[in-house]
Amino acid sequence: MNPLFDIAVSVARIAVFFAFVFGLVVVMTWVERKGAAYIQDRRGPNRASIMGVTLFGMFHPLADALKFLFKEDFIPDGAHRLFYQLAPMFALAPAILTMAVVPFGPPVTIAGKQVALHIADLNVGILYLFAVSGMAVYGIVLAGWSSNSKYPLLGGLRSSAQMISYEVSMGLSVVGILMVFQSVQLSAIVRGQGELLFGILPRWGVFVQPLGFILFVTALYAEANRTPFDLPEGESELVAGYHTEYASFKFSMFMMAEYIHLVVGAAVLATLFFGGWQFPYLGDSGFAFPGGISVAVPAWAVFLLRIGSFVGKTLFFCWLYVWVRWTIPRFRYDQVMRLGWKVMLPLALANIFVTGIVLLLIDRGGF
Amino acid sequence: MLTEFATVLVFIVLGAVTVTLMLFVSRLLQPRNPTPVKLSTYECGEVPFGSSWVQFNIRFYVIALIFIIFDVEVALLYPWAVVFQKLGLLAFVEAFIFIVILLAGLAYLWKEGDLDWVRTMQEAPARKGEK
Repeated sequence: MNPLFDIAVSVARIAVFFAFVFGLVVVMTWVERKGAAYIQDRRGPNRASIMGVTLFGMFHPLADALKFLFKEDFIPDGAHRLFYQLAPMFALAPAILTMAVVPFGPPVTIAGKQVALHIADLNVGILYLFAVSGMAVYGIVLAGWSSNSKYPLLGGLRSSAQMISYEVSMGLSVVGILMVFQSVQLSAIVRGQGELLFGILPRWGVFVQPLGFILFVTALYAEANRTPFDLPEGESELVAGYHTEYASFKFSMFMMAEYIHLVVGAAVLATLFFGGWQFPYLGDSGFAFPGGISVAVPAWAVFLLRIGSFVGKTLFFCWLYVWVRWTIPRFRYDQVMRLGWKVMLPLALANIFVTGIVLLLIDRGGF
Repeated sequence: MLTEFATVLVFIVLGAVTVTLMLFVSRLLQPRNPTPVKLSTYECGEVPFGSSWVQFNIRFYVIALIFIIFDVEVALLYPWAVVFQKLGLLAFVEAFIFIVILLAGLAYLWKEGDLDWVRTMQEAPARKGEK
């Protein structure tokens, strides 16, 4: 038990995951524009260059960051000065904090000690996640109200009403997963998904909770204010929604918060419903396919495959946001609220009910 | 487990520091020359009309009220879901009664129209002189 070793491990884990998420955020802003361009048959950003190297416009996010940093940041006349400045902090800080509980790899043994690839393996993992991500609403409400401008006020109200409406469905859609895996600890949920279902399918959340998965994805998009739920930023009606009055780095903090939410949301989706770092049919010592065929794989390859599996799933769901954004048009506000309260909520409750009955039947030996 | 919570505490401090530091750095770098027009709030290029801190639709408040009720329900269901398989039928029936009571509330709200965003779709009564 060397405290120095523990501290070094903690610092390393924080640094790695910080770098992963922030790197992905930077790449996401580029993917968003490039993906949009290719879906709409354009070329997209391709001008920014360093010494003549453009690298498919990869330097645009860098140029954006520098530009945001050097732009003038002013506080509008009528604004509530304290809340106006606090709002972007309240938006970004919870977004950063949500990273803490997502497991990004299997436990590894370093110097004879088991190290979990996790910033913090809380026993209340999912509760922490919802508690912290719920705080993002404060940033939006504060931003909308403190600007003392009409469009931000409307955008902030809409956005907060929408977020809290879907937060209920999101919370309820996960209950089924908790019932099946009997834990709120994310690492335990991932471990539970390593087993096989009926001996064929990996026991992933999406296979045991298909309806829960659909509800969770929908709620995730609504929570992140993404198309088709991006009404708070419905630019044709509300200019830019709650951050209309923000400029310069404060504006970029809202953008960063949004993208961190997307990336962490994708990681959580992969963790809860797609086995996290689990690779299908891959055990600790190698592949074991149904039918008794097994292939031995060295430990380092297993480790790499598992990390790669997590990263790959996360990247796929990141891309899915972009894909959906440029495919599906925006809802009307009354449709959004109707979907949230009259469809998602009853369905989520029904899902819990059915999950309960099925689990009881399995318990009684009905299957 | 305490170590894990300590890590989260460190992480919270780190998050706060990151955010503050970002604002501080941008403050050092940016120019500052405000003008009255620049500082006025945006209203499509018009001169801003009054304050925006006005009364807003009561429905947002109703939604917030419903949200609190159901979010507490979610918070109560989490621990229940974790121990559900150990407790079996009894836990299931109890949670079922609990959910049904809240569902009755939802049905009431539904019937009263508090979940509808568009309340009235009928046309305004015709004025004199119009047909």
